[in-house]
Amino acid sequence: MSDGTSVPPIPSELLTLNIGPAHPATHGTLRLQVQLDGETIVNTGCEIGYLHRGFEKQCETVYYQFVIPYAERLNYMGPVHNSNAWCFACEQFLGIEAPPRAQALRVITSEMARIIDHAVCIGTNLVDIGALTNFWYMYNYREKIYDLYEELCGARMMVNYPRIGGVSQDAPDGWFDKLLTTIGEMQEAVGDVQHLVERNRIFMDRTIGAGVITKELAISHAVTGPCLRAAGIPYDVRKAQPYWGYEKYQFDVPTAEGGDTYDRTIVRFQEMYESCKIIRQAVASIPGGAVMVEDHLVALPAKDKVYNTMEGLINHFKLIMHGIQPPKGELYSATEGGCGELGFYIVSDGSPKPWRVRIRPPCFANYSTFPKIIQGKMLADAIAALGSINIIAGELDR
Amino acid sequence: MVERDIMARVQAQFGERVLASYEFRGQCAVTVRPADLRAVLVWLRDDGEINADWLLDVGGVDYLGYPDDDDREWRYEVAYQVYSMAKNHRFRVKVAVPEGAESVPSVWDLWAVANWMEREVWDLYGIRFEGHPNLRRILCHDEFEGHALRKDYPINKRQKLSQPAENLLCDKVEWA
Repeated sequence: MSDGTSVPPIPSELLTLNIGPAHPATHGTLRLQVQLDGETIVNTGCEIGYLHRGFEKQCETVYYQFVIPYAERLNYMGPVHNSNAWCFACEQFLGIEAPPRAQALRVITSEMARIIDHAVCIGTNLVDIGALTNFWYMYNYREKIYDLYEELCGARMMVNYPRIGGVSQDAPDGWFDKLLTTIGEMQEAVGDVQHLVERNRIFMDRTIGAGVITKELAISHAVTGPCLRAAGIPYDVRKAQPYWGYEKYQFDVPTAEGGDTYDRTIVRFQEMYESCKIIRQAVASIPGGAVMVEDHLVALPAKDKVYNTMEGLINHFKLIMHGIQPPKGELYSATEGGCGELGFYIVSDGSPKPWRVRIRPPCFANYSTFPKIIQGKMLADAIAALGSINIIAGELDR
Repeated sequence: MVERDIMARVQAQFGERVLASYEFRGQCAVTVRPADLRAVLVWLRDDGEINADWLLDVGGVDYLGYPDDDDREWRYEVAYQVYSMAKNHRFRVKVAVPEGAESVPSVWDLWAVANWMEREVWDLYGIRFEGHPNLRRILCHDEFEGHALRKDYPINKRQKLSQPAENLLCDKVEWA
């Protein structure tokens, strides 16, 4: 400064700091190493793989239908979407299509999964920056959605609900009414949380300008999902390449301009409303009919046929012991998961076990931006940004 | 544009340099040599009709023991899923990697996402990416021996791994 009051910078040594792998702010098992100049980050190293379970290798050793429960353990914040997506990929491979009612049920369960995925992401991200109340608001309604899953198929979190060729069972009587009631309550809770944080000075100071993913960075890193839309690119697989009849539903793709932590949070809030909208439309227009294809090479026969007819018994035995046998080939199937584009690249050798299953985990690409977006920022900004990218170690490490 | 038309354009442009082409359920792919990979990906990105400016995924495949496949001259493939946001179409380019010469030019300078994805292919398949600035293992431990997704790596093999990595930092943040 010209008035002569400026203090020359004090020479300091760089401090190398490890964060994680077991740290509350990493929400799982990530390890970060940052080099700090004061509180400013000058260099970052990321180590992932602490949750590497050999998912892709394991898929090569089991039949296609036995991958369904494994797939749910990819993004365990919205588990049923992954199994829906896996079954959809297998159906594309086999050249079959699930019945319309099953597709609508997949839309409903996947959107429920998206709501709880975003709820957990927002809730835990806010906890990291000191707002605990929202966490309970969000988790409260997450439990209610788990109750709905439980009523639908008996399990709460890892539901193992879809099947190749449809879904395992139809919704019980009165389930849709309960769903609509819960969705209404959920929407109110989301509104409450949104009002608590949206114009909150502390929240805005902490998040605006923290962890900015620009458009150029997003394209180069193939960022997808809410992180991409917060950067201003309205890409959503549900709109771009619709599946399960998403083209029938009226919904918007929320976007923002800044690409920072604040925008990502707001985009997630809006996506939750859009998901509620989709669920309401899907319930209102749900078609009747079967929830499973009638193809004895894919679908297990009904239990009374297994016990009382020879053909049913043979079909059941063949499917369990010899599996579903797709043709030789390879296929890439993409759906919109909670964090972005979830892709399955399947290579088949014609046997009932996949030759190769490659997952395109949205988190992996999203997280690879992390060293760049926190460069030159404060350490506290890095914690806020980490939560808002919504890293799910299960699909990051597979 | 449907994927078959993209494939026809690639074949017309690159002719003999396309080693093989596939079509299955409306999806198409071409296989090229490692030396041609960058040229093909850049051409797909810059061609006005195709404009595949997004690299969504990079994943390896090991064809060791693939049935009825005696005329395949390479053991590995690395599949690049590209996507055009403007034109809303996808395509797949695969690079043929023979056993004993597991080397592919890196595209990390064209798409930053390739940095981590190529590290993963190196980690799990042992395919080197030439020009990659930070080709370390990413999912498996530093002390891990072998490459877990190769077909000749037994699924039940166990390794004792002890020491965490001391230093995760790179010289440049772009490499991290």
